[in-house]
Amino acid sequence: MTTLAELARLIRSKNAGPFELTFDIMFDDAATYERVKRSGAVSREAVAARYGLPPRAVKFFYCDSALAIKASIARPFFQGDLRDSDGHGGQQYAPLMDIRID
Amino acid sequence: MRASDREIRVLSPTGVCGSGFLESSFERALAQQPHVIGCDAGSTDPGPAYLGTGRAAFPREAVRRDLRLMLHGARRLGIPLIVGSAGTAGADPHLALVRDVVCEIAAADGLAFRLALIHAEQRKDDLKRRLRAGRVKPLDPAPPFDEAAIDRSAHIVGMMGAEPFQRALEAGAEVIVAGRASDTALFAALPLMHGIPAGIAWHAGKILECGAAAVVSRKTPDCMFAWLRADHFVVQAPDPALRCTPQSIASHSLYENADPFRLVECSGTLDLTGSRYEAIDERTVRVSGSRFHQAERYTVKLEGAEHVGYQSVLIGSIRDPFIIRQIDDWTARLLDKIHARIAMVYGERLAREDYHLHLRVYGKNGTMGPLEPVKEIRSHELALVFEATAATQDIANAIAGIARHQALHLPIPEWSGLITALACPYNYLERGPVYRFNVNHVVEPDDPWEMFPMELLRVNGASTEAVPA
Repeated sequence: MTTLAELARLIRSKNAGPFELTFDIMFDDAATYERVKRSGAVSREAVAARYGLPPRAVKFFYCDSALAIKASIARPFFQGDLRDSDGHGGQQYAPLMDIRID
Repeated sequence: MRASDREIRVLSPTGVCGSGFLESSFERALAQQPHVIGCDAGSTDPGPAYLGTGRAAFPREAVRRDLRLMLHGARRLGIPLIVGSAGTAGADPHLALVRDVVCEIAAADGLAFRLALIHAEQRKDDLKRRLRAGRVKPLDPAPPFDEAAIDRSAHIVGMMGAEPFQRALEAGAEVIVAGRASDTALFAALPLMHGIPAGIAWHAGKILECGAAAVVSRKTPDCMFAWLRADHFVVQAPDPALRCTPQSIASHSLYENADPFRLVECSGTLDLTGSRYEAIDERTVRVSGSRFHQAERYTVKLEGAEHVGYQSVLIGSIRDPFIIRQIDDWTARLLDKIHARIAMVYGERLAREDYHLHLRVYGKNGTMGPLEPVKEIRSHELALVFEATAATQDIANAIAGIARHQALHLPIPEWSGLITALACPYNYLERGPVYRFNVNHVVEPDDPWEMFPMELLRVNGASTEAVPA
């Protein structure tokens, strides 16, 4: 049992344009990527739950060639909106880090 | 060199013009005989203020340094130089800025070339006409966009596709400076003209637009080079210390994209679901299997920024654990008091909807706002950031001053007497005008060029003359 942060080589968030936020969970090797993918612990539903969103609000992709998992959501506020807290969207990924992987 | 050998070679010196690149990498790349040099000069990533104000994100000197090297390299080889999304936001003031830098370089260094300027800024009456004709469609999510939003906008640009670049090349342009453009389109334009299949041209463009970013570990912004052929492309960074691997190139389509497999352009969608990445050597990758599906309808994405108001910012912190443990209640009472005091001071002269007061609590949910899943506060101190936004800087400042005074002495039941609840390192900061992106829509134009007028100039050292259409 370990956490996603320990297995991933990089977990990041970034703007995908001013209106969407995208998360990437990237791995160094195919074996680790496959282990995480097979575990089912990182899924559309799991990501949605971490951010308090319904699953339909999350776009979700397994990117086998890249050895990466991607999830995208609408930004809670548009980039630069008066209530926006993170102009580049770069510090929104922490809730993914302690997802437990068997 | 001619492009009829069914191989088109494309050089991208850096991911954003002004961010720099190594001259040594650039010279190595030139020795590989590219057919075209392309460079993306803009992005929405720095936020709406650049589109709003007409200013560029990178210092003029940084842009000049990069452009000078690119211009000399392109002229030396006799190949086109294509710069897109000039001046960060690609509206007319930004385009003029980069045009001026290009002309300055030509004058200083005695360069001569045919220059095409392609405008991306949209006229408000044109947009209103398109809106009324039902030719403006929202993407998802999209803010409401109507004639009032068009009127409020400081600048609105359309993001051009490959066709305006192709028209400029066909008109004999040797240097093209364009306003807001699809970053990929400026790279795909020439290869497409020479018969490179769309899936290859667009996918190569997607890698090239970010310069050396798609390598395993980039040290500094730097060059990328691609060889585009009939059924695949090869990509390699000119700096021998940088490595492209199948994984690093495959990973690149994830960066800043909501969908890593389907990337929408004006004329269709780049489909990477079948793409294959193979290592040719330890730092070079061959990509095949990328497809492009033509859209039924040509669409042009709009970007717009409007002035929201003037803002004043007050920063203060709290160290008292009694206040921290009741911070939600304390801040709720505080905001009520601030609004009440504003109403008392201004009366009917300032309605509630005429100002915006926002409070961020760092140590609670300042970074993630509504997305923050951690509900309990674990910190011994909190930072409060109040932002007051109103139609004038004076009103914004007054509200920030009121916020400070109300916060300073807002009591808690644990203490009797006058407390001072907030530690302010200094008084409020005047932030000045603030802007917001106000559109996420596409236009359905009649053709790919009508939204993007082109000027053709003959530049000869210090002289510039228009070439009639």
